[in-house]
Amino acid sequence: MTDLRCKLLVIGAGPGGYVCAIRAGQLGVDTIIVERASLGGTCLNIGCIPSKALIHAADEFSKVAAAASASAHLGISAPGASIDLKATIDWKDAIVHRLTTGVGALLKKAGVRVVKGNAEFLDGKTVELEFEGNRQRIVAETIVIATGAEPVELPFLPFGGPVMSSTTALSRQTVPQQLVVVGGGYIGLEIGTVFRKLGASVTIVEAASRILPQYDAELTKPLLQRLKTLGIDVKAECRAQGLQSDGKGLVITLKDGDEQVLPADAVLVTVGRRPVTQGFGLEGLKLTMSGPFVEIDAMCRTSMRGVFAIGDVTGEPMLAHRAMAQGEMVAEIVAGKKRIWDKVAIPAICFTDPELVTVGQSPDEAKNAGIETKIGTFPFRGNGRAMTLERDDGFVRIVARADNHLVLGIQALGQGVAELASAFGLALEMGARLEDIAATIHAHPSLGEAVQEAALSGLGHAIHF
Amino acid sequence: MGIVTVKLPDVGEGIAEAELVEWSVKVGDLVREDQILAAVMTDKATVEIPSPVEGKVIWLGGEIGQQLAIGGNLIRIEVEGAGEASDVPPQSHIDAGAGQASAPEIQTDRSAPPSAPPGEAPAALAMPVRSPAPAWPVAPSQGPIRLAGEKPLASPSVRQRALSAGIDLRRLAGTGPAGRITHEDVDHFLAGSHASLPRQAEVRETKVIGLRRKIAERMSNAKRRIPHITIVEEIDVTALEALREQLNSERSAGRPKLTVLPFLMAAMVRALQEQPGLNAHFDDENDVIREFSAVHIGIATQTKGGLLVPVVRHSEHLSLWDSGSELTRLAEAARNGTASRDELSGSTITISSLGPLGAIATTPIINHPEVAIVGVNRMEVRPKWDGSEFVPRKMMNLSSSFDHRVIDGWDAAVFVKRLKTLLETPALIFVEK
Repeated sequence: MTDLRCKLLVIGAGPGGYVCAIRAGQLGVDTIIVERASLGGTCLNIGCIPSKALIHAADEFSKVAAAASASAHLGISAPGASIDLKATIDWKDAIVHRLTTGVGALLKKAGVRVVKGNAEFLDGKTVELEFEGNRQRIVAETIVIATGAEPVELPFLPFGGPVMSSTTALSRQTVPQQLVVVGGGYIGLEIGTVFRKLGASVTIVEAASRILPQYDAELTKPLLQRLKTLGIDVKAECRAQGLQSDGKGLVITLKDGDEQVLPADAVLVTVGRRPVTQGFGLEGLKLTMSGPFVEIDAMCRTSMRGVFAIGDVTGEPMLAHRAMAQGEMVAEIVAGKKRIWDKVAIPAICFTDPELVTVGQSPDEAKNAGIETKIGTFPFRGNGRAMTLERDDGFVRIVARADNHLVLGIQALGQGVAELASAFGLALEMGARLEDIAATIHAHPSLGEAVQEAALSGLGHAIHF
Repeated sequence: MGIVTVKLPDVGEGIAEAELVEWSVKVGDLVREDQILAAVMTDKATVEIPSPVEGKVIWLGGEIGQQLAIGGNLIRIEVEGAGEASDVPPQSHIDAGAGQASAPEIQTDRSAPPSAPPGEAPAALAMPVRSPAPAWPVAPSQGPIRLAGEKPLASPSVRQRALSAGIDLRRLAGTGPAGRITHEDVDHFLAGSHASLPRQAEVRETKVIGLRRKIAERMSNAKRRIPHITIVEEIDVTALEALREQLNSERSAGRPKLTVLPFLMAAMVRALQEQPGLNAHFDDENDVIREFSAVHIGIATQTKGGLLVPVVRHSEHLSLWDSGSELTRLAEAARNGTASRDELSGSTITISSLGPLGAIATTPIINHPEVAIVGVNRMEVRPKWDGSEFVPRKMMNLSSSFDHRVIDGWDAAVFVKRLKTLLETPALIFVEK
């Protein structure tokens, strides 16, 4: 077989890789993208999109189920709700299929060649592709490593049987009776909440002192309260030890050293994700690493000329939109444009219940950076739209410099605040001050009014609180 | 209070616009009637525009170097009363008084408020922070102090633009809220305020305006359009110099000494009678050659502001002495800026002389649309072979350029040869044929 040749080879068709390839194609760069599984990567197939689909389904189910109980105040009553999880999964799979097919069409439209297979580095310019026993060499002027990340497996809780990774959990066709989630990060909380709303009894085991340990307590406390209301048991400062011998329970060590068995017919392990850097010859390139990640500079260049890396393989935050922005930038650099990573902030959303959005610096981060701050907060208790949605828990918080009121960070907790992330990001990138947000008319009635009020609160004169 | 708008008067026949070369007043100045407001320059003359009214200057109609249309708004003056046109029609002063411009047109506008200067815009928000710097900053010291390693504050499009233009935003101070660097800040930086940053080699920029711009335009126009042919010939001026010395020593009181130029002019007049095609303009836009019976000789003259070419008109009717005094008068007028438009235009052929600096040879540029120019080089004593021995002779070179489109090399050479003959045997200049 003759070698394939191209200007740009992208390894991995997740959000970073496919965006990079599409943009490169648009710019007339002769581009090949290789993918061993299906287009769209973790995000579209086994991550963001499937989990959001199931969160939505679980929310809808819980609303119908609530309408059956006597405590419903909306005047809506419905007979006992039931769910056919297999049908739900089929619906979810249809969305995934629609999206991945769309990615394929976009790549084709941009003139990108898509090649299926496992790639292996021979050197910094050559990759050997293996697909169903056939081998194919690809020689490229530039290579972009976009291999992503995968769930971390605990050696004492190997995936299989009742022990699930997020991937397995998101395609599970039955609701477990008793689910134990090991790891109280956002993935564990999101999926744990889904199964709780679908009827499972759920316990979350977290080794740190609280859930979402990387977020400040002001944000996580109301969330913890909500988990309790939903009936999710959170066991902090506890460690999983392994399955009970009969496989019907998880042994954990409590804070004081005592052991306890949590009955479980399913265990979800979400203790983190690690970059995919092994098993495809990457080690042979002897790239400079940064911990487990490939080290990159502000142009996403690795230590080897002509080799770029983007997305989860390059480090935290492991978020699809970071990878996409990197991919777009790298494509333009390869096409000869001048670009550099100069983002002010990368927003992050936890689709927990309530949702949690953070952009920029938290009050503590700003303080630790030596900046004197002004904090403005506005609770959804004072927001009419939140009340009409039956969810007035949560708040918006704005961190600004004390001297010139430049907004340094915005955080929000509340159902529906995920959609506010765009406004937060824009405010930070544009260099808004508290006065700018306060002087912008925010439509009424909307959750966004709380953003304006938080800015006013930072200036000392919130109207509705 | 009323406002009087002074318009740029018609400062010369057939002129559509004039270049603003000087403001004598600035916004806020109180002016008296007839006080000079500004100076504008046309092709040949600088014209001063006096104020027709007494009042306060509130608006200037342009920047130095800008071309202003005749009849365009020049200046606005706030006056006492209703702002009616003054009774006394104001007049423009043309240097040397050779031409008189018509009175500036006055337009009265009682309702128009003076436009606020940009620096006086009301503050958008009462802020407990320092207000943005009023002027464009040239050093990165203004604006809020950034912590070490802190990113410059700018929107994504500004950042990308700076990156593409190779600008390190850390070197810019932002004038926007909270020290945000705006597109305007980048504009300003690109426009050259960065020249004020410390550099190893300073570059001083001077805007080319006024006479210098005119010279530049005319020179490049001549050089671009005209294929020059330059002939350098050696002239033995020993006899001419003897004659000149004698005339000078016997001159009547009050007459200035003769230089070589009146002799050269007389020789040119004589030679041009035989070759009138060289005393001509080539209108290359209409493909017309205009031969002139009158010989108006332009004399390239160095002045403080640059090169001017005053014209000795009707040289064919001037005696040596008349030519000499006319040369002196015109050179003086050109140098102290009192030469009139007429005295600075209308030449049919030109002489360029650098006097003692004249070098061995030059390549004079023709004074378009003329077709010939005679350059005078330095006179010196050189050895000359007279057939049996070297003898010291007073020698001088002439470097003459011709428009090769209309003057063939042969004709040019004939003209130069004729000048040589006339100057080497000066009696021939004055003898009737």
